[in-house]
Amino acid sequence: MSSDALAVPVVGAAGRPWVETLHEWVTTVDHKRLGVMYMVYSLIFLVIGGIEATIMRIQLMRPHNDFVSPQVFNRMFTMHGTTMIFFVAMPVLFGFANYLVPLMIGARDMAFPRLNAFSFWLTAFGGFLLYFSFVGGSGLYGAGSAPDVGWWAYAPLTSRAFSPGHSTDYWTIALLVSGFGSIGTAINIIATILSMRCPGMKLGRMPLLAWMYLVMSGMVILAISPLTAAQIMLLVDRYLGGHFFDTQAGGSATLWMHFFWIFGHPEVYVLVIPAFAFVSEIIPVFSRKPIFGYPVMVGATICIGFVSLSVWAHHMFTIGMNSYANSFFALTTMAIGVPTGIKIFNWLGTMWGGKIQFKTPMLFCIGFLFQFLIAGLTGIMLSAAPFNWQLSGSYFVVAHFHYVIVGGILFALFAAFYYWYPKITGRMLNESLGKLHFWLFLIGFHMTFDVMHIPGILGMPRRIYTYEPSRGWDTLNLIVTIGTFIQGIAVLVFVANLIFSYFKGPRAGNDPWDAWTLEWSVSSPPPDYNFASIPTVASRRPLWDRKHLEDPDSRYE
Amino acid sequence: MEEKRKPEWGVVLSRAAGVLVIVAGILFAAGLCAASPHPDNPVPSIFEPHSTPADSIVQLSRFVLSITALIFLVVATLLTYVVVKFRNKPGDARHEPAQVYGSTQIELAWTVIPILIVVVLFLATARVIHAIQDAPKPASAVEVTAIGHQFWWEFRYPALGVVTANELHVPVSDPANPAPTFLRLLSADTDHSFWVPQLAGKTDLISNHPNEMWIDPYRTGLFLGQCAQYCGTQHAKMLLRVSVDRPEDFDAWVRAQKQTANQDEKEVAGRHVFESTACVNCHAVGGTAANGRFGPDLTHLMSRSTIAAGAADNTAENLRLWIQKPDAIKPGSLMPAMQLGDSDLDALVRYLQTLR
Repeated sequence: MSSDALAVPVVGAAGRPWVETLHEWVTTVDHKRLGVMYMVYSLIFLVIGGIEATIMRIQLMRPHNDFVSPQVFNRMFTMHGTTMIFFVAMPVLFGFANYLVPLMIGARDMAFPRLNAFSFWLTAFGGFLLYFSFVGGSGLYGAGSAPDVGWWAYAPLTSRAFSPGHSTDYWTIALLVSGFGSIGTAINIIATILSMRCPGMKLGRMPLLAWMYLVMSGMVILAISPLTAAQIMLLVDRYLGGHFFDTQAGGSATLWMHFFWIFGHPEVYVLVIPAFAFVSEIIPVFSRKPIFGYPVMVGATICIGFVSLSVWAHHMFTIGMNSYANSFFALTTMAIGVPTGIKIFNWLGTMWGGKIQFKTPMLFCIGFLFQFLIAGLTGIMLSAAPFNWQLSGSYFVVAHFHYVIVGGILFALFAAFYYWYPKITGRMLNESLGKLHFWLFLIGFHMTFDVMHIPGILGMPRRIYTYEPSRGWDTLNLIVTIGTFIQGIAVLVFVANLIFSYFKGPRAGNDPWDAWTLEWSVSSPPPDYNFASIPTVASRRPLWDRKHLEDPDSRYE
Repeated sequence: MEEKRKPEWGVVLSRAAGVLVIVAGILFAAGLCAASPHPDNPVPSIFEPHSTPADSIVQLSRFVLSITALIFLVVATLLTYVVVKFRNKPGDARHEPAQVYGSTQIELAWTVIPILIVVVLFLATARVIHAIQDAPKPASAVEVTAIGHQFWWEFRYPALGVVTANELHVPVSDPANPAPTFLRLLSADTDHSFWVPQLAGKTDLISNHPNEMWIDPYRTGLFLGQCAQYCGTQHAKMLLRVSVDRPEDFDAWVRAQKQTANQDEKEVAGRHVFESTACVNCHAVGGTAANGRFGPDLTHLMSRSTIAAGAADNTAENLRLWIQKPDAIKPGSLMPAMQLGDSDLDALVRYLQTLR
């Protein structure tokens, strides 16, 4: 058992040399510590990716601005996209999975603790490798440079003719390495959920979070594998004289697009399903009601998992597929709106008739619901292929997917941080700072991303480092940039809250939210071994049963 | 003390939030006003179509927008209602609300209704996809081959024997007497995308993967667009101008473009500079030894109103700057700085200005 090998975690305990603490963290195989490391790691990259976004927004603040050169701008959007997807969103979601899944299913650790540590360090190494390209990107040829091929790196721009030097190789290998890390963690989560549940926890009694991570992990395996294969093919092209994507030698640029998006679209759901998971845990607790339609939520998640594997080419409506292919992908893309809509209705059904408490986690969940609704509706617009021919590749699309990723996923993540921080650290986050964070971020978000739709409609393509003054895009871009700064301040408030509350926050106790899942039955932070004795559950809400002996859930299941 | 300070914090916060909301609202409204198209500024809005493909897209998008707006109103109203109505009232915290686990009828309702909406949306979409993509090519169509280069457009009219760059000329298409333009899209290097929002949706130019699109503008004038698929360093300044001409103007333009280059004996010095330096490796001038194809054809350079794919106006000063220091106009473009002395440079610019 892993806990035998570890000292009791007394973080920052007086009298212990810091090297020892560091050594403990570096060599740990404890799921909670790995979870925390994933979270801290991705928060660092969140700040880096945010700085890159800010640099782009300053450049686009007015037409013909020369804050950065086109070369630097192109590196910024490539690094921003790659960082935010692969080194912020994926790791932080895996971090929460690591921390929460064993605790919520009544297990003492993940199924494969060493694979868990290995996967984390692979992911971490991938991130460092990507950023090392700033130093080593041009190899022997001169100063360093980061990749500048865009985060989806379409062929043949990635061929050696158009991307000399090594910056593209750093991108390729960073994604290859962190991809192996992701696959390792996904296998681990699946194994843990399928074989480590405590007695009484049938599949149908698992917290929705576990269900959703199960689906998400299955999708990670299916989605990351083609990406990994494509990266290897790209390396073969670049160094072994292959011609997979070399159009001058009969290769196919569209082959890369298919490989990338058969990863890329399921990836969106890989990111958003954990966000659904957080919301599905938090909304019931702050509405004081169980989740509405549990089996339907599970079914809708599985349905999304399957359908999302058949929608990838909606990223490629402009590449000249025939009308049948375009119609097919328009249909599948619209169809995925059905299970997603069902989820939104079920969350509303959960809140309906409840007694909603507007604590910070719940505020972020309500923000999530509102923004995810709009993101879904702009998604419907984009799924209508002819409309997409106008909107794709424009700032409308940029606004749309930031609505999903920031307005949806990041809001849900903030909710998760406020909700589980007391469990992880034993301290409550400051509620006033939390509300300040929420309102500032909400205002900044809407200023940036509501307005950003409009330049796209007015013909502004994405990935341009500057634009002409006569197009009617200037004021809109200025507003977008101001909103970015407000969001940046909000994130700083959040980080300050994380640090301040770690030292000064009030003690949380085991169960500060009066919640119902197993992680709240143990101390905060939980002991190394999680559960002194493995619990037995009789319903979906084991703590409800303990608190309401007169009317337990188990009576109705 | 603690008791007193807390509510003050709350008041300050909510006031700050209120002020910020108002400021954001004002800025948003200001942005919308500023974005409304100015009559003399050609804003390439997708909602001001002047060609059948762009127009049928606008019709479809109005339909999609009204359905999504309806869904938004219904769901956002529900959300607002739930948040207002079911908030926890102070003093009521002791009792848990009724524990409801779900309802099959309600689940069925909110599954079936979205499915019906999807069916309707799909049928409307498929109809427009078919109408645009599978439109037959009439015999009267003008055929153009558009070739994307890093970072400029080459336009060839195979049937008319015309080659030009960056500024596409097409005849206006009278609905009674249609003269659509069919574009065959190729790429010489990386991926590009042809996007003139008021004429049609975008279609990518992909190496080794020829594509087709068509436009039938029914209004004369200048329509702006630009490359919409990231193609490398200067993707931003790969601008696109489409001039829709009256039929007689278009015919006159074609006649002028078919002539070989104007040879002005006075500018023989400049011509000598052009033909004895690296210019000829990349640029062609019809009827001379210069037949390079990496860069735009310069035979009728002065018939175009911009240079560097729309990055600068076609003036003598800009031409001079472009030859001497291309990075000043378009950093990272593939045009090299020509390292000429002042007298050669002046002669060369004078020669280029004779290429009408």
